Amino acid sequence: MGTLNSLEKGESVPVINFNSVSKVYGMGENKIKALNNTSFTINKGEFVAIMGSSGSGKSTAMNILGCLDTCTTGDYLFKGFNVKSLTRDQRALLRRHYLGFVFQGFNLLARTTSLENLELPLIYRRIDKEKRRTLALSALKKVGLEDRINHTASELSGGQQQRVAIARAIVTNPSLLLADEPTGNLDSSKSIEIMELLKELNKTTGLTIVLVTHEDDMAAYAKRKIIFKDGQIISDKLN
Amino acid sequence: MIYNIIILSLREIKRNLLRSILTTLGIVIGVASVVMIVTLGEGTKIQVETEISKLGSTMMTISPGTRRHRGASQSAKPFDIKDVEAIRRESSFISDVAPLSMKRLLVIYGNENRRSQVAGTDKHFTDVRSWALSSGRNFSYAEEASGKSVCIIGETIRKELYKSSNFLGTNLRIGKISCQVIGLLESKGEVMFSGDQDDIVVVPLKFFQRRISGNDDINQIYASSINEYMLQDAKQEIELIMNERRPQRDGTESRYSVRAVQEMSAAFQGTSAVMTAFLSAIAAISLLVGGIGIMNIMLVSVTERTREIGIRMAIGAREREVLLQFLIESSMLSLFGGIIGIILGLLGALVIAPLMDIPVIIQLDLIIFVFIFSALVGVVFGFVPAKRASQLDPIDALRHE
Ligand SMILES: Nc1ncnc2c1ncn2[C@@H]1O[C@H](COP(=O)(O)OP(=O)(O)O)[C@@H](O)[C@H]1O
Ligand SMILES: [Mg+2]
Repeated sequence: MGTLNSLEKGESVPVINFNSVSKVYGMGENKIKALNNTSFTINKGEFVAIMGSSGSGKSTAMNILGCLDTCTTGDYLFKGFNVKSLTRDQRALLRRHYLGFVFQGFNLLARTTSLENLELPLIYRRIDKEKRRTLALSALKKVGLEDRINHTASELSGGQQQRVAIARAIVTNPSLLLADEPTGNLDSSKSIEIMELLKELNKTTGLTIVLVTHEDDMAAYAKRKIIFKDGQIISDKLN
Repeated sequence: MIYNIIILSLREIKRNLLRSILTTLGIVIGVASVVMIVTLGEGTKIQVETEISKLGSTMMTISPGTRRHRGASQSAKPFDIKDVEAIRRESSFISDVAPLSMKRLLVIYGNENRRSQVAGTDKHFTDVRSWALSSGRNFSYAEEASGKSVCIIGETIRKELYKSSNFLGTNLRIGKISCQVIGLLESKGEVMFSGDQDDIVVVPLKFFQRRISGNDDINQIYASSINEYMLQDAKQEIELIMNERRPQRDGTESRYSVRAVQEMSAAFQGTSAVMTAFLSAIAAISLLVGGIGIMNIMLVSVTERTREIGIRMAIGAREREVLLQFLIESSMLSLFGGIIGIILGLLGALVIAPLMDIPVIIQLDLIIFVFIFSALVGVVFGFVPAKRASQLDPIDALRHE
């Protein structure tokens, strides 16, 4: 992992550099090109919304961005570092240290308090107990849930659960926050709350955010909008 | 990190407490039975050893064998006093020899009576049996020679017939014959092979032969070697002496037999060891079944928690951390099961041992072994599910419903 440690936060290289990335699923007849030769760059502090119809390759792109998957051809440079050369475990470490995830289905651990959920990524980072608590409390404060520390997922509303999930994603102070349809399971007023929160985080902490959404209303909160169609980028504009 | 993963594992166990308890049930039962069986087995062994020392670890009994007489087998010729004298005179590994003739008879004192063992012997009897007198005295030479009507009684006789300590000098009736009590034997208690040792009245051999049996026969000879190590030599010596005194006329006749008490109990010990081994094997199988139970539940748990595994992986858990977490969970479960099993097994032994009249010997090495073994069961049977969890693809896992 020596090489990964050279990934210093705040370097001038782009956070994301997608260079002719393609992703092919299946073989022969069933071959699907989920991503077809896509290239784009995202710099530190950007807030990007990825849009496109269902099956256009948004999630595929997010999985590759999140180092959960690798591309078939092309190169993905994360902070200038080629992810392709990394093993499964090295990618796990990269996620641990630089990435935060927010999912459509919240994905909090069941029967686990907000605090324990927030501690999880910190435990993997080997941060000691007291520090974990301070960090978790401050992250919960950022999402406005400092009074829900000991609530489990089932004791929280959808919007609150998603805010805990965002807190969990930012508690490690990542370089990149990835959110695949974070408002997909929420009604519009809650969705707006979440988008406001993300916008606020981007503005105050300079956190780089990439999110997938179906709705133009939500995409409007981002600074930049990339539209996918059939695995290709058909539009890439600033809002 | 291990410490943190242990914390994570404990949280998971606590989160599914009921299932965790059910999972460990197999281990609990397996461990409890192993601990109980081995503890009881050890208690039995100790008990048998105590019994041997009660009977005398150097003691041998010499009995007339059987002989074939017109097709039927019958007791060979009994011994007589010359046999006893020959052994006493010619042996060098033997410390004491005593003749013995026995009969169960009604023993009466006052209004109380009881059927007891009446033994005709001489004053060496107490030495052969390493049996001290708790009060009174042994037979004198004159009493032996004249067959005087005196007797030494066992503790059971005193307790049942006298109910007091005023027995020395009283006249006890053996059947129709009266004899004077001159001594009391120390209590030996129950012995596994020969019942209540204290239910006995000892009289001089000559008195027994003349007034009770009506012949000069001696049914058995008791002898004891100088020490335990000379037991075999002493036995051979007796055989040499007796072979000479009781020549064999045809091949079918068994003229006498010499048996050491130790050997009789060794046979018993052997059986009890086989039993313990057999029961332990069954217990081991139940442990195995317990292990398979853990594997089964852990596999279910991995499937159920697929999404959680996906979350952990997305957050940055490496394969080895996921593997370790599930391994620690399964070994914690089996370890808890082991601890509870050890406690239950010991409790079971504590309850059953008094019923079997044996002591409870808590063996630390057994407990440590079982403890480590049960942790190992968790590791071994937890490995397949843990490996499966660690190999999941995070994207699939996250998508899992
Ligand atoms: N694991 C997979 N195996 C095979 N095909 C897949 C897999 N994941 C996605 N696809 C296909 O790739 C294409 C893009 O999918 P996806 O990136 O999930 O689209 P979106 O998120 O934009 O709806 C779709 O046609 C989908 O069926
Ligand atoms: Mg999608």
